[in-house]
Amino acid sequence: MTLADDTAAAPKGDRDVAAQLIAHFGERVAVAQTTLTGMPVLWIAREHLRDVLGWLKALDGAYSMLFDLSAVDERLRTHRRHLPAADFTVFYQLMSIERNADIMLKVALDEREPTLPSIHDIFLNANWYEREVFDLFGIHFTGHPHLTRIMMPPTWTGHPLRKDYSARATEFDPYTLTVKGQEVEQEALRFDPEAWGMQRQGEETEFMFLNLGPNHPSAHGAFRLVLQLDGEEVVDCVPDIGYHHRGAEKMAERQSWHSFIPYTDRIDYTGGVMNNLPYVMAVEKLAGITVTDRAKTIRVMMAEMFRINSHLLFLGTYLQDLGAMTPVFFTFTDRQKAYEVIEAITGFRMHPAWYRIGGTAHDLPTGWEKLVKGFVDWMPKRLAEYEKAMMDNAIVRDRTKHVAAFNTREALDWGVTGPNLRATGLDFDLRKQRPYSGYENFDFEVPTAANGDAFDRGMMRIEEMRQSVRILQQCIDHMPAGDYKADHPLTTPPPREKMLEHIETLITHFLQVSWGPVLPANESFQMIEATKGINSYYLTSDGSTMSYRTRIRTPSFPHLQQIPAVMRGGFVPDLIAHLGSIDFVMADVDR
Amino acid sequence: MSWWTPQVEATLFAMFQAVVILLAVVLAGALLSMFERRLLALWQDRHGPNRVGPLGLFQIVADMLKIFFKEDWIPPFADRTFFVLAPGIAMASLLLSFMVIPITPGWGIADLNIGILFFFAMAGINVYAVLFAGWASSNKYALLGALRASAQTLSYEVFMGLALMGIVAMTGSFNMRDIVNAQEGFWNVIPQFFGFCTFVVAAIAVTHRHPFDQPEAEQELADGYHVEYSGMKWGMFFVGEYVGIVLVSALLVTLFFGGWHGPLLPPIVWFLLKTGFFVLLFVLLRAALPRPRYDKVMSFGWKVCLPLTLINLLVTGAVILLIDPAA
Repeated sequence: MTLADDTAAAPKGDRDVAAQLIAHFGERVAVAQTTLTGMPVLWIAREHLRDVLGWLKALDGAYSMLFDLSAVDERLRTHRRHLPAADFTVFYQLMSIERNADIMLKVALDEREPTLPSIHDIFLNANWYEREVFDLFGIHFTGHPHLTRIMMPPTWTGHPLRKDYSARATEFDPYTLTVKGQEVEQEALRFDPEAWGMQRQGEETEFMFLNLGPNHPSAHGAFRLVLQLDGEEVVDCVPDIGYHHRGAEKMAERQSWHSFIPYTDRIDYTGGVMNNLPYVMAVEKLAGITVTDRAKTIRVMMAEMFRINSHLLFLGTYLQDLGAMTPVFFTFTDRQKAYEVIEAITGFRMHPAWYRIGGTAHDLPTGWEKLVKGFVDWMPKRLAEYEKAMMDNAIVRDRTKHVAAFNTREALDWGVTGPNLRATGLDFDLRKQRPYSGYENFDFEVPTAANGDAFDRGMMRIEEMRQSVRILQQCIDHMPAGDYKADHPLTTPPPREKMLEHIETLITHFLQVSWGPVLPANESFQMIEATKGINSYYLTSDGSTMSYRTRIRTPSFPHLQQIPAVMRGGFVPDLIAHLGSIDFVMADVDR
Repeated sequence: MSWWTPQVEATLFAMFQAVVILLAVVLAGALLSMFERRLLALWQDRHGPNRVGPLGLFQIVADMLKIFFKEDWIPPFADRTFFVLAPGIAMASLLLSFMVIPITPGWGIADLNIGILFFFAMAGINVYAVLFAGWASSNKYALLGALRASAQTLSYEVFMGLALMGIVAMTGSFNMRDIVNAQEGFWNVIPQFFGFCTFVVAAIAVTHRHPFDQPEAEQELADGYHVEYSGMKWGMFFVGEYVGIVLVSALLVTLFFGGWHGPLLPPIVWFLLKTGFFVLLFVLLRAALPRPRYDKVMSFGWKVCLPLTLINLLVTGAVILLIDPAA
């Protein structure tokens, strides 16, 4: 079996968009930047931003989804040749489903005037992204309806992702919290309906404002949802996130390329090594490493193992949110079976941090086929049982059918990806559309549904697990022979066998392990079909042992932003069913 | 010993019975929490509490000790009087209902002529526990729980009473002992099958057991009406729920499954076996079913159960008149 080179799998056919854009707006509007991101990157002047975005959205073969929006503090970046002068860069990544291609627009900003026009009316999901940029970079968006902090507490001072904001706890005064301070913090969190344009009273009723969370059994983590209730009807709601924010993107700027890998495990903490994949692949693009077929296939196998694992957790908690207490124990039994395999192969359970730049940490252990086979044989019967006992259950159907339904257009407007997008009937799975790590060599189907409701989102996961089991079987049958690490100077840690050959290899090994690899200055990008949707890493290297900027785009963030749009007019139990069906973890939202 | 008259002896024996039954019921309620956990564990592929004492039997002792010594906290924003009253009502109303249940031909506390009505009265009072708890807690989740409880109980108590009227018409008495005696050899469940079905549904609803645990709905209301309770007050709600299960199971046995009647085995054994069976059923229901949406529960009550009960009552009445027009 031969695997195609990863660079060949990068999206194609979008080169002409850049030319078209320049032809339409004139050469002075856009400056192209050469990167390893696999998509055209254009620098746009601030005054043209809204026009260009509107044009791209209205284009034939529209860029209909705002995939990501964030910023870079450029002030300490040394390798900036051929780039427009900028203190801050705000970048907009758009995705076109029809073209199966992306485009990135960048806007250069001066630190004396960090202001941009808001685009929340062009792309609905820009709302939260702009708040995040405001919060972490201090960049203002004029015309934004509610430009407040989103990750940090409302009482916070400073903008953490700026380069002049310290990254280490030792650079701060010791943290203290007095009783008075606690009261101030709590008061700052009190919900103010007027600030969100909400009425306290309806025509005949006085609304109840209910804090669902940050501690609530169905909030799936530290997530707060403020409900405006008329009886049990949700008139409106405001999701409040940030309680789980750990500054993963900031931490990436002071970890070596290698030592950041364990942090990625904890982004979507049910996804395990799946999270390593986009990160190490993006790093490998920077380093120019071509991974061996065996390493690719091992990575696919473990990623699918974790997909099943994550979907099992989803299924158990989804049904538990519907009030069925038993399924979660069954799915945890299955998860234990999965963990026995994962443990034997990686040496760890939830967060193995097992992928390495250039390969994996170890080769597969002897007898791994038997272990994986045991799991592959175990799962289908269980899945059939779940479908029969629960998804065919009248109460489950009654609770989920036509609940929190949205169509493909709405999903794209809100940046919904993954199984939740496919539940609306759109066949868009990166493993098929933009195959990476050798997915093009596997025979599997992409399940879709039609109604995009809570029931479909549940069924999608069961079907996806079936397909993942098929992929696992193919891994057992066709595991390529060869090395599990690429033979490349930047492979980290370098192959041990070569360490003691002569002094040069020893020195290289020593530097790689102590400093970490030095990656050439450039930008790279990798997106994958993660457990909950599309997860991507956009890395900026400044030719150092550490990342200059690591942007982690997670699927759960836009999924939560969409909640009010689909929940208005629903009942509290519908909301709980919807929360269960989204499949999010707060670490994946807040990073 | 002139004061030792048969009357005194009868009184003392009645008191003795009352104490024994009370203790047995409370103990059963407490043990049931343990029993339920082990049963659920059995059906859920896991072990359950099996570490404290032989078979984990002392787990219940450990739990009791913990609950007794836990800080009995009343939130400063709560309405103290009603906050304290609520768990008392929850447990007392259900315990009092046991008064009317005849256990064996010789055992049973009170032989009331209005036995069934007394149970209805107590079930009605039991709602106040939830309402008071929900209101006095000054907590929004508790309030929502109490709202659900009042709506649900209102809907379900209507036909709970009507579901039993078929039996009353057949037996011609509200007295539980008469009803049991009338079932010798022929259990009420056969002629009154629809009455049985609707009564089971209503009974689960009245005890707020899953899938009718709308007032607590952990996933939605985070335990609803008793969210602010801790320590022994919470314990009383907790044990009250299990007492409710035992009570309803015992009622089902008494009213529909011939009470203590049965071949070979002594009456007490039959009574306990049958009651145990229904308790088991309640636990199985909890393990097996998801929770319907609460407005669906309400419409199920009004649109399905109520008409069914009424038809059942009409048919029962018609049949009784056909067989014995003089009655």
